[in-house]
Amino acid sequence: MIQVKNLTKKFGDFVAVDDITFSVNHGEIFAFLGPNGAGKTTTIKMLTTLLEPSAGKVVVNGNDPVQSPDKVRRSFEIVFQDQSLDDELTAWENMEFHGVLYDVPKLIRKERIEQLLTFVDLWDRKDGLVKEFSGGIKRRLEIARGLLHHPKIIFLDEPTLGLDPQTRNHMWTYLRELNKTEGTTIFFTTHYMEEAERIAGRVAIIDHGKIVAMGAPDELKKQTETSSLEEAYLALTGKTVREETSSATDDMRNRHRIWSK
Amino acid sequence: MKKIYILWLRQIKRWLRSRSRIIGSLAQPLLFLWALGYGFSSVFEKAGQGNYLNFLAPGIIGMGIIFTAIFSGIEVIWDRQFGFLKETLVAPMSRLHIMIGRTLGGATIATAQGIMVMFLAMLFGFRMEHWLSVFPAIGVMFLIALLFTSLGTMIASLLKDMQGFQLIMNFLIMPLFFLSGALFPLEGLPTTLSIIARLDPLSYGIDALREIFLGMGHYGLTVDLIALGSITAIFLWLGSYFFKKIQI
Ligand SMILES: Nc1ncnc2c1ncn2[C@@H]1O[C@H](COP(=O)(O)OP(=O)(O)O)[C@@H](O)[C@H]1O
Ligand SMILES: [Mg+2]
Repeated sequence: MIQVKNLTKKFGDFVAVDDITFSVNHGEIFAFLGPNGAGKTTTIKMLTTLLEPSAGKVVVNGNDPVQSPDKVRRSFEIVFQDQSLDDELTAWENMEFHGVLYDVPKLIRKERIEQLLTFVDLWDRKDGLVKEFSGGIKRRLEIARGLLHHPKIIFLDEPTLGLDPQTRNHMWTYLRELNKTEGTTIFFTTHYMEEAERIAGRVAIIDHGKIVAMGAPDELKKQTETSSLEEAYLALTGKTVREETSSATDDMRNRHRIWSK
Repeated sequence: MKKIYILWLRQIKRWLRSRSRIIGSLAQPLLFLWALGYGFSSVFEKAGQGNYLNFLAPGIIGMGIIFTAIFSGIEVIWDRQFGFLKETLVAPMSRLHIMIGRTLGGATIATAQGIMVMFLAMLFGFRMEHWLSVFPAIGVMFLIALLFTSLGTMIASLLKDMQGFQLIMNFLIMPLFFLSGALFPLEGLPTTLSIIARLDPLSYGIDALREIFLGMGHYGLTVDLIALGSITAIFLWLGSYFFKKIQI
């Protein structure tokens, strides 16, 4: 479903993604695991046509994101790490906008929007403007939006970051169901080892833009003779997982919020 | 088609929800109409040029349009910084269509703003020769709006953040407005100024509005429309060319 060969991304002199090679099979749940700044988001951006690689080859659902971006875009859905909602629209309008852009037929759209907003406990706030929502609520809305149409591949970039445990469980249940019934390929990134161990069929551990290990969680544990993925990770990289801190974009957004009041 | 419509609708909804922006962008035209319109009218009449407010109104309508249009185009930067641009850029539709939807939305808003300025000018005493000229005038307003929304989109696609914004304001929008003949007649200008005015696309827009409203103009309606139409086409093309190249 996804083939990546010698993929590299440089920002000036800085190498964010360094010659990585991996592939994800049809119907697989695959996790990209790594600390903040490892290059996970940059890789996802290259897979989803948002960024052009500096070198290497990518094939998503049989197409090259650089050569035929439109074909690639028809095959996936993505939940971004940082916000991508329209603040000036309501929760419902954000969902509707997404549904129209992704060709979800009107009747199904109506039904699913109601189902999903109820699912993330936002149905009674459907007419609220997104700018009035808290960070956690926005995150829930974004998850709901990401499940609106059923594509071949779903990318989720740190989907559980800032998400309450209940919605987190709901989300994984829903995604697993989708994976089972529709054979949806799921590619997600996280820096929660426990989550990757529980959900993913296979993981790739990435640090400083390089893949340092790849395989089923059990294989990695066996290989390092450890009892959890977290320990395996430590054994492989010799480092603790750094927690995600707020990004520059978040800072900018906060500043704007203060400024616009 | 439906996707273009929903992109258009999004722009309109955002605009309707920002009352302060609507009113704010009427303040400047209001000031110009009031201060210049009344301030220069006696000089203008003494010079045998007729009613200055009638002459000025199309210029101020153009001003209302160009500011709103360029800002709408530039909103792309805003969307990029607030993350929403990603949402549209990964959707299964071509970037050309995204650009068209956005630009039509921005142009509609700018035209609406131009129409509001027109009514405002009428309150100040602006009179067109025949009320039916409102319809072709709105068509011209939309062309001006399309042109400058595309220009805004093009600039926004090239900039990464709002830092260059003040620069654009001072070195692009202001000169485009002041050198367009919005405030003064294009007849008998010094050569340099006359050449610059000829290069300014807004000149043709305002001149066309004067032809339509008052039956008086400098270049003639045919020249105006040909110039306006072709520059709009070029800018639309440039805008979508640069929009396609955006990376996040
Ligand atoms: N547009 C950019 N320009 C320069 N550096 C960038 C850009 N985007 C990401 N980086 C850098 O690339 C590295 C990897 O970032 P990212 O892929 O976001 O990491 P992750 O998602 O694993 O936390 C970071 O050091 C980040 O600062
Ligand atoms: Mg990231």
